[in-house]
Amino acid sequence: MNGRIFSVVGGMFLLTVCSKGDRSSVQAAPPAAQPAAPTADVSAAGGTITGKIKFTGTAPRNPAIDMSEEAACKAKYTTPPTEENVVAGPANALANVFVYVSAGVPAGQPFAAPATPVVLDQSGCRYHPHVFGAMVGQNIEIKNSDPLLHNIKAIAKKNRPFNVSQPNAGMTKMVTFSAPEVMVNLECNVHGWMHAYLGVRPDPFYAVSGQDGSFSITGLPPGTYTIEAWHEKFGTQTATVTIAGTESKTANFTFAAH
Amino acid sequence: MIHALLLLTLVATQDTTAGKQIYTKWCAGCHGDNGAGDGPAAKHMIPPPRDFTGAVYQIRSTPSSQLPTDADLLRSIDEGLFGTAMPGWKSRLSDRQRRDVLAYIKTFSTFFADTTQRPQPIKFGNAPGGGSGAEALKVGRQFYDSIGCRKCHGDLGRGDGPSAPTLKDDAQHPIFAANLHENWRFNGGGTVEDIYRRLRTGLDGTPMPSFGDLIENKFLTDEQLWRVAQYVRSLSPKDAPVVRDVVHAPLTKSLPHAPDDSTWTAVAVYWFPLVGQIIHKARWFSPAVTGVWVKAVHTADSIALRVVWDDRSQSPDTSWLAHVGRVFATLQSDDSTPEQPAPWPDQLIVQFPVSIPTGMERPYFLMGSSGAPVYQWRWSSIARTAPVAGLARGIDRFEPLSSGGPAAQAVYDHGQWRVVFTRALASTDTASQLPFRTGRAIPVAFFASDGSNGEHGTRMAISTWYFLALDEPVPARVFISPVLAMMLTLGLGMLVVWRAQQKTSYRRQQ
Repeated sequence: MNGRIFSVVGGMFLLTVCSKGDRSSVQAAPPAAQPAAPTADVSAAGGTITGKIKFTGTAPRNPAIDMSEEAACKAKYTTPPTEENVVAGPANALANVFVYVSAGVPAGQPFAAPATPVVLDQSGCRYHPHVFGAMVGQNIEIKNSDPLLHNIKAIAKKNRPFNVSQPNAGMTKMVTFSAPEVMVNLECNVHGWMHAYLGVRPDPFYAVSGQDGSFSITGLPPGTYTIEAWHEKFGTQTATVTIAGTESKTANFTFAAH
Repeated sequence: MIHALLLLTLVATQDTTAGKQIYTKWCAGCHGDNGAGDGPAAKHMIPPPRDFTGAVYQIRSTPSSQLPTDADLLRSIDEGLFGTAMPGWKSRLSDRQRRDVLAYIKTFSTFFADTTQRPQPIKFGNAPGGGSGAEALKVGRQFYDSIGCRKCHGDLGRGDGPSAPTLKDDAQHPIFAANLHENWRFNGGGTVEDIYRRLRTGLDGTPMPSFGDLIENKFLTDEQLWRVAQYVRSLSPKDAPVVRDVVHAPLTKSLPHAPDDSTWTAVAVYWFPLVGQIIHKARWFSPAVTGVWVKAVHTADSIALRVVWDDRSQSPDTSWLAHVGRVFATLQSDDSTPEQPAPWPDQLIVQFPVSIPTGMERPYFLMGSSGAPVYQWRWSSIARTAPVAGLARGIDRFEPLSSGGPAAQAVYDHGQWRVVFTRALASTDTASQLPFRTGRAIPVAFFASDGSNGEHGTRMAISTWYFLALDEPVPARVFISPVLAMMLTLGLGMLVVWRAQQKTSYRRQQ
């Protein structure tokens, strides 16, 4: 038994050393544009809705994160890490907005969840990605890249909430959600600053705005749709878009910073 | 026959209509008419009453995210949740009534009607033996560290870990990491089995995660998880403390001034529970200090009183300000102006009467009255070595005395305050400063505030009157007299027997 403990402790030490040597793997910079997760089962033949998301006013400063308790996380940053409440790009572009079709998709048309899982990584005591989508029933792989304890708590109303622990790097857990819900909040209570937001959808018609504020929802059959854009601090906005064929329509959103 | 069948069916089924009546009468005051945990009393509780609409339950035998079984829910109804406002109902409601109310509670959430949500209880094994041995506890401690328990529960388990000030439940209410030295306050019970189950299932809705996956992931074995439970259990006393009314202060040769002086080791300890001050405005329903551990000794001319209590923070501590904000947002204030969080200190008050009462009558326990004041020692975490002696004439009237107060030494160590007060037995100002005397029952009471929980002024934890007795040295005759009496009785008895035998043999000779 003692040998086993030694190997666990030793493994943690090694991981700490490795992660220290691998500083470039996680940047303090905001995440790159996340491609809309579903690609597998969506017909490319349908219509497309693209758009840019901006905000007016001055973006609030993201609070600095005090990682002094977690040297292994702190070592992954070259500049002091901050929370990611409002991630802004050039010209007031707004990243991390979850855009989805909230109404208009004909009922009784089941969409198969992609076989590839969505990955939620805990690295540098932050979630990657910070905002993401998944389909009902789609596998979400939660993994820990930090050599320390994270707990992953899902706070949900329409889905069953959970709270599990991953005390070391390399641990993974596969979870699925059974009901559409915008948004499911994910958080770590060991590190109170760690938050991620998950939009669970019954169809593949959703996207997350990238660093330049742009998003794209593809494969929409003809119809009139309500598009909702959700941001964790600025709330929600809606637009109505009619798709007639394989055309591409634009839906831009502008949030007011407050 | 048909009647018997009907009766059986009635007994076997749970009746939500009857359950609703019981719920409305007994449960809705806290849990709310619609089960949303928003009854009239809810704003006076931390942790707040369960919101049944989400069907998220802490105490389960099922994996995290699953619904509890009926047996799990019934256990919480029957036994209550220790350390919270939820009492046990086993002795107040019949079996039938408790089953009915259970059925009604389940109607508040659609999850229970969803047939895909069948709870699958975990098959828990039995605790491995040798759980209280040094080797087992060492393994338990190693995994306590490696699975990160200390992050919230602290290095010594007093709920004072680095993440403790930031903890919230799912509804953003403040929540304390459990003080692992008080197993009688663990929500789901304090046995090794209870602790192991909480480790396996987690406490859904709270920051406490499930560690069950770690066995499947081969991070640790089932036995090692049991060892963690056994280690945690070992932090609390074997039995929950019971109140003994009189603190006996033995006579010692020298006075221990320091809280960790070795003299204290051999002195008996007394525990007194503290409760929220809910008599005077502003009332306080959520005290952080749950009790004090008291020891006392005296010499021929002085007394030393040692008060120890668990407190998650060494206040004032600005890292707890956000917690204070959450406490104020959760509790309904009876102040006209809502308070703003501030870095208040920790405080402890030891209270005596002005003089030792001759009869049963004592001043009002809650800091005396204008006509009958009490003598107090007020210690604060800011002026650690300079407690203020004074007279209280009611909870909001305190008059410091210029001289003659006690000295103090204080230690803050991993979520615990240890403070020793020392003073001369005699008092030059006998009108206001109690002269201590041996062989008399001296009333004593305790009050504590945790500044980092928003406690200050009348917002504090209080006790009732207890007693302090300075034991007189036992004179030698106490030990010698019984022996002499026994020997005398024996001698007399033998004399009687001898005389009787003499007489008998005399008669026989005749």
